[in-house]
Amino acid sequence: MSDWLIYRTFWDLTVTGIALGAIYALVALGYTLVYGVLRLINFAHSEIFMVGTFATLITATNFIGIPLLEAGNYPYRTGFTLVAILLACIVGGMVVSGAGAVLLERVAYRPLRGSGEHVGAVVLAFASAFTASLVFTETTRTNVIIGLIGTAPLAVLYLRIFRRGRQAPRLAFLISAIGASTAIAEAVAIWSPRDREQYQTPRVLEKKVLFEFLGTEVRIDYVLVIVGALLMMTALVLFVNRTRLGRGVRAVAQDVETAKILGVNVDFVILITFLLGGVMAGAAAMMFTLVYDQTRFNIGFLLGVKSFTAAVLGGIGNLRGALLGGLVLGLGENYGAAIFGGQWKDVIAFVLLLVVLMFRPTGILGESLAKARV
Amino acid sequence: MADAILSVNNVTMQFGGVTALSDVNFAIERGEILGLIGPNGAGKTTCFNVITGVYAATSGSVTFDNQPLAGLKRFQITKRGIARTFQNIRLFPDMTAVENVMVGADANHKTSVGGALIGSRRHHREEREGRDRAMELLTFMGIADRAGDAARNLPYGYQRRLEIARALATGPKLLCLDEPAAGFTPAEKQELMDLIRKIRSQGYTVLLIEHDMSLVMGVTDRIVVLDFGKVIATGSPTDVQNNPDVIAAYLGVPDDAA
Amino acid sequence: MSLSDTFRSLTKPAHAVSGLGERIGDLPRVSRWSLIALFILSLYLMPWWPEVPVLGWLVDTPGTSFEGVITDKVVIYVLVALGLNVVVGLAGLLDLGYVGFYAVGAYVVGILSSQHANLPWLVCVPIAVIVSMIAGVILGTPTLRLRGDYLAIVTLGFGEIIRISANNADWLGGSRGISKIAKPPNIGPLKFGVLDAKPYFFLGLTVILITVFFLRRLENSRVGRAWNAVREDEDAAELMGVPTFKFKLWAFAIGAAIGGLAGTLYAGKVRFINPSNFPLQLSILFIAAVVLGGTGNMWGAIIGGAVVGWMPERFRGFADKRVFVFGVALVLVMVFRPQGLIPRKIRKERWLANWKPRESEGEEVARG
Repeated sequence: MSDWLIYRTFWDLTVTGIALGAIYALVALGYTLVYGVLRLINFAHSEIFMVGTFATLITATNFIGIPLLEAGNYPYRTGFTLVAILLACIVGGMVVSGAGAVLLERVAYRPLRGSGEHVGAVVLAFASAFTASLVFTETTRTNVIIGLIGTAPLAVLYLRIFRRGRQAPRLAFLISAIGASTAIAEAVAIWSPRDREQYQTPRVLEKKVLFEFLGTEVRIDYVLVIVGALLMMTALVLFVNRTRLGRGVRAVAQDVETAKILGVNVDFVILITFLLGGVMAGAAAMMFTLVYDQTRFNIGFLLGVKSFTAAVLGGIGNLRGALLGGLVLGLGENYGAAIFGGQWKDVIAFVLLLVVLMFRPTGILGESLAKARV
Repeated sequence: MADAILSVNNVTMQFGGVTALSDVNFAIERGEILGLIGPNGAGKTTCFNVITGVYAATSGSVTFDNQPLAGLKRFQITKRGIARTFQNIRLFPDMTAVENVMVGADANHKTSVGGALIGSRRHHREEREGRDRAMELLTFMGIADRAGDAARNLPYGYQRRLEIARALATGPKLLCLDEPAAGFTPAEKQELMDLIRKIRSQGYTVLLIEHDMSLVMGVTDRIVVLDFGKVIATGSPTDVQNNPDVIAAYLGVPDDAA
Repeated sequence: MSLSDTFRSLTKPAHAVSGLGERIGDLPRVSRWSLIALFILSLYLMPWWPEVPVLGWLVDTPGTSFEGVITDKVVIYVLVALGLNVVVGLAGLLDLGYVGFYAVGAYVVGILSSQHANLPWLVCVPIAVIVSMIAGVILGTPTLRLRGDYLAIVTLGFGEIIRISANNADWLGGSRGISKIAKPPNIGPLKFGVLDAKPYFFLGLTVILITVFFLRRLENSRVGRAWNAVREDEDAAELMGVPTFKFKLWAFAIGAAIGGLAGTLYAGKVRFINPSNFPLQLSILFIAAVVLGGTGNMWGAIIGGAVVGWMPERFRGFADKRVFVFGVALVLVMVFRPQGLIPRKIRKERWLANWKPRESEGEEVARG
């Protein structure tokens, strides 16, 4: 690569790197929050993100009134309509991802912690009945009906046989999350109109160049992503530091037993933690579709792995670490791809991680959801 | 000067802003039972941890058998001859009692993967020796009847004695016991005192942290008293008992004292 | 009897399996060995199981060749699960990149027998195993000092690095992969060809049996004890004189060696490999196999591997919904039986029942 080219594209790479890093960071927050509080890797967080992208897609197409499968046609909007659509999309993403995360916690984690309860039992019951019915028939409607019929009796059974009070070994949580992650991704693949194909999301925002900066043209969508991410992160940090619930989160992250003794409702705190992570992922999902104009049933996986890497890079359990890690990763990937070639992009994340962990085994900023300083 | 098996030389231990140990100096003589006492938080377990290599002292050194312990890995320190038990019992919960002790005995075994794979003579010999030693120790500690039970299923008293058996299996010269009588009834404490004396008579040196004063007074030869990370007194049990600094440390000074 | 009791009684068979092991162990030698021999013989007859009345209906895979399934899937997954069990189940190290070692084994065979040389398969295998082992040591040395979850992500990265490097490096075949890999040599009546999968199955089963034999030896030695101790309380283990790092590294190396071995079998059978054969999802599947079966015990690993390899084929009726069903099944099993299908049982030592104290009793006993 000639020097001129490097100079020319350096700021390009930096801007896109920061935007990409912001997306990584938002998703990484979800991983780091859950890890800080539960000491568990939420393997299914990547699918929470993916579901958020589809929520964005559906919100957008409904709002505009175009059929899902024709979203690829660019119906630019401007002014107030544009803002409304964008807001609706991000809210849609956050709501769906947040709800998904809460549901996930109740179904795949809570029973393993020994506090299995009704919501989890009901969902598991439906899933079991539905899945069992797949043996007999492929008609989705029949499957759903059998699923619904089976829900009540199975839910009662499950509630009886939940292992109360006994925590499962840590590996079991991982496998449960893996199962949930697989099931969610496959469900989207199987029962969505375009199956495993790629979906185009409507390019509502015309990606005009907003301004020039040191020889680079900065597009509006990148700016929106960066600004949006900053807002979300600030909100999260304020929440964790200033609100009572946020204090509860930090307390549980530090010492569960003491928090319990002091009257903190640990189950609720854990729920909130998942919710926060989901909401962040939902926002990231909307931003992802804004920049990349597409989604697919399996985009969660790779992005999730990289975001988790970012969280570890910055120091798992550390909110600021997640931000820093995301940023470092986004920039690192871009620069690395420019220097070594695009096909090595995915490896850079891991090489970066290895290098950092060698010299600083607890990540760049060290681990600490517990410490009040973010 | 009597033969010091272990000497703690000017050890200071700092964790961030907290100084847990400050210029601690004492020596343990070969074959004696030394008690380490002090109010809660005085730094006794930290001292243990420095001696056994869990922490590296911020400054100062520990010498064992006239050799410095600096830079040695924890398992190497154990092989040199220092073994310990833990304040909050740390047995291997899902392994049987006898397996727990055999792990300790393995410390002196040389068989590794190669020997195990081919079933070498040394492997078989060391297995046999390990089993014999483990069962002997369990019998010595009086818990051989539950040898095949999982450690986590043993009654409390058995667990404490199992920890001691495991530590003895490593073939130490110095045995460090961290509150071995916690949770014991007076009768059990008597038994423990007899046990410690029996252990010493076998040639071991014992370093003991304990809160129960009657136990400490009854079984130790000498006592080191820590308070706020500093040594405030050393001497025989009677000397220490009457030492005003020690009394002040434990009971505080009356408001109207001079 | 309440619902929960009914449910729990359904899970008794699993305990019966491990209990069975104990009762077989209690039989006199001759009976024990005859039973074991009989069992092994029935394993070698697996290609003919679909023809047995009830058993056949249970295990047959409609729509695909049963032989193909047991060779391509079951044998490979069982071997991999055994190796990964050493790392995850015995030593307690979370390795999410096991597919890397599998790939190394396969690629070494590919390189040495096709891409850059023409060595026979049999010669490539030990080399591949040693290279995998070295890879395990190289990966383990810097990373085993990291805390458990960090180890997970780093090993995950390792798996990906192997795959992507293979994809980008032309001398490794690039994205086209390596073809015309050597096959195992014909031994007597066993002809390794395209048509018949049976010789491959027999070979794979033999490899598994040998592996199990050696792994049992390790488990019943100070190595196995050290691994257990490290898994249960690493710090306490180290303070009891266990050189934890050394044995963790050994666990890694042995696991890697077995993974590589599985890779050589795979390469010798399919004779064409490319990077897309070794995706990250495969590592996940491997872990699922070990945990599903029950970590820390070999039977669990074997059953887990067999189930993960065989079940999707058995229920092909689900067609493209298979993976979804698999995901749901994983969650359900973990929710209701997190210790896995075959839980690890604390084995009462057989020698304990017959142990007699040495003649020289008395107070000198403690010194020994």
